[in-house]
Amino acid sequence: MSDATLSAVPRPHEAAPRSALQRIARRNSTIAFLLTLPLILLILGLVVYPFLYAIYLSMLNRRMTRFIGIENFTFLLSRETFWDVVFQSVLFAVSAVLLKALIGFILAHVLHALPAKGQRKWRGMLLVPWVIPPAISTLAWWWLFDPSYSAFNWALAGIGADPVPWLGATGWARFSVILVNVWYGSPFFMIMYLAALKSVPDQLYEAASIDGANGWQKLRHVTFPMMRNIISITVLFSLIVTFANFDIVRILTNGGPQDSTHVFATYAFQVGIQSGDIPLGASVSLFMFPLLAVFAVFTLRGVNKRTKEMA
Amino acid sequence: MEGNGFPRRTLLRAGAAGVAASALPLVNVHGQTSGGKLALGLWDHWVPAGNDAMRKLVMEWGQKNRVEIQLDFITSVGNKNLLTIAAESQAKQGHDLLSFPTWEIHAQSRLLEPMDDVMTRLQERYGAINPITKYLAQIGGKWMAVPAVSGSQNKPAIGRIDLLKQHAGIDVQEMFPANANPGSKAAEWNWDTFLKAAEGTHKAGFSFGLPAGQFTDATDWIGSLFRGFGAELVNAKGDITAKSDNVRRVLEYSQRLFAFLPADVFSWDDASNNRALISGRSALIFNPPSAWAVAKRDAPQVAEQCWCFPAPAGAQGRFTPYQPYFWGVWSFSRNKSAAKALIEHLSQREQAAAMVAASNGYDIPPFASMTDFDTWEKEGPPPGTLYNYPLKPHQKAEQFIACYPAPPEIAVQMYNQGIQAKMIARVVQNKEPIDRTIAWAERELEGFKRG
Repeated sequence: MSDATLSAVPRPHEAAPRSALQRIARRNSTIAFLLTLPLILLILGLVVYPFLYAIYLSMLNRRMTRFIGIENFTFLLSRETFWDVVFQSVLFAVSAVLLKALIGFILAHVLHALPAKGQRKWRGMLLVPWVIPPAISTLAWWWLFDPSYSAFNWALAGIGADPVPWLGATGWARFSVILVNVWYGSPFFMIMYLAALKSVPDQLYEAASIDGANGWQKLRHVTFPMMRNIISITVLFSLIVTFANFDIVRILTNGGPQDSTHVFATYAFQVGIQSGDIPLGASVSLFMFPLLAVFAVFTLRGVNKRTKEMA
Repeated sequence: MEGNGFPRRTLLRAGAAGVAASALPLVNVHGQTSGGKLALGLWDHWVPAGNDAMRKLVMEWGQKNRVEIQLDFITSVGNKNLLTIAAESQAKQGHDLLSFPTWEIHAQSRLLEPMDDVMTRLQERYGAINPITKYLAQIGGKWMAVPAVSGSQNKPAIGRIDLLKQHAGIDVQEMFPANANPGSKAAEWNWDTFLKAAEGTHKAGFSFGLPAGQFTDATDWIGSLFRGFGAELVNAKGDITAKSDNVRRVLEYSQRLFAFLPADVFSWDDASNNRALISGRSALIFNPPSAWAVAKRDAPQVAEQCWCFPAPAGAQGRFTPYQPYFWGVWSFSRNKSAAKALIEHLSQREQAAAMVAASNGYDIPPFASMTDFDTWEKEGPPPGTLYNYPLKPHQKAEQFIACYPAPPEIAVQMYNQGIQAKMIARVVQNKEPIDRTIAWAERELEGFKRG
């Protein structure tokens, strides 16, 4: 059916504008633009505008009365505490993401190996940490770690072991915040990897078996290559979210003891909101951007390259 | 109208009189015009009855003055009140009148309406005001907010009568009784006595519950300790004075004191010390009476052994930690006169007494002349337990905010980043040499001085 059969014969003076409008409306790109417009507006309003506003704020003095260029950034780079925060943020994000990826990968394989009948039940249960709002689950963890009434310490006392200063000593406090983040985030990796595993064709494994490949070789030469893109994207996504984490550290340790668990977001809050220096707080939070941008560029470039190779 | 007994003229006269009477309070509030709408964001009180009492006072005033009131109680849990203040100051719109916590007046002074007129009248009527409120809210000689009754608190010692008597040999009721005649040993209540008491109770398994993290309860009592020793990190001019014998002395003292405290105090938050007292595991904490109030509900056998008394004295004096709230009016408020009139109304003695009573004695009015309310005498058990909660002349103490007298823009960072607690943690937990800790503090303070 052609367009001509659908439209009435236009009067000569109306023909030109109507057909132009119709042409625009019928273009795939126009429809695509209109469909994505709500999302574009959302991103402009909730991501681009706050980001640009944060850049503007970071270039003001403490009282927000004077433009001072990059002075806030140079000031931060000269501070011992800030470099501690950089180290802790990297330690927190990298170790948590690696552990989440590893645990997620193992869980995905275990689930994948389960018979289809019982798989759904286990999948649902393992997703529970991820679906509970982290502010609530972290409170529960806080009760487990509570300095004086820790349930873990109570259990340790039961077997005659000494209590552990879960939140009171630097090493243990760092361990605790990473542990909670791993507990919360592993199900996300698990479900992504499980989806990726299910999309690997069985013929590849069969072919590998015929070639005499053992389990490790199948994992290394079939599973990994087929999952590389999804691993890269989940790691990138999780790294961004983990770097920007706020609630876990804020609730568990408030950045202590002695600032040894502060990450960018909690330190930015302490400096910006609590200590009344919003421009400096904005500068702290913006430090995440170049770190993550570099990582994102390399990761996405790798993903694109592999996608082209596969195509 | 027939048969009701009221002639038409009488009714008209009565109506006119009624309208005039309802308009009178508008004129009576020091000539300020009122009416219209007023949006209030007041502090969400820890004591549930505190909100009800405040609502009643505000609504009564609104009705009387024909002001339409929109009242929000904003919690300080999770710093929600700080976020609200930051958001409204950026947006230049929101509530007309807000409760501002301790340090926020300096931070927001450019956007606040001067309150000198209200403060002049209040001071003429009620006399001397707490000097710490001047430090926090008088900027360039102008009052930028009015010290609030609701939410302002002292943090004196709350000790267990039985445990202190038994394990430290201190009779707190005799030392600071519920009257203006302190006992013979009141003068001996100093940081040395405190250390011995900490040792005694620690050995008996009832260590003092003194937090040392980055929360306000920790900052406040540690600030009082530093001040008592004269250990000033930054002076009133903004010079860094951390390298001093007094600072060394207070850190040495801390090394001795913390040997008798629970090892995990460096991770305690503002609720941990309350729990330590209420659970019966601690003989003393520094806190407003909210811990005692919860004990009264949940652990009455503990509550009836609790007694409020001032902080120990140091070589420089006795300093009771004090954390005030302020009522301020945004300069972009659309009903400044009504907001000021309401603040002045809430600051009157009758209203202050009502709020103190409703909060079970928690709220501390800013005027010394308002420390004689009978709530503090009557509250119990044990009767008189809160008598020494407000500052009274016989205590020979001063109200004090940690990090004073450093200029507030520096002090707020010292306070919120818990620099004194961190210094203690370094020497106690990390076993760092005192001089290295002081050098670290000097570097931090240098950063806080940035304009």
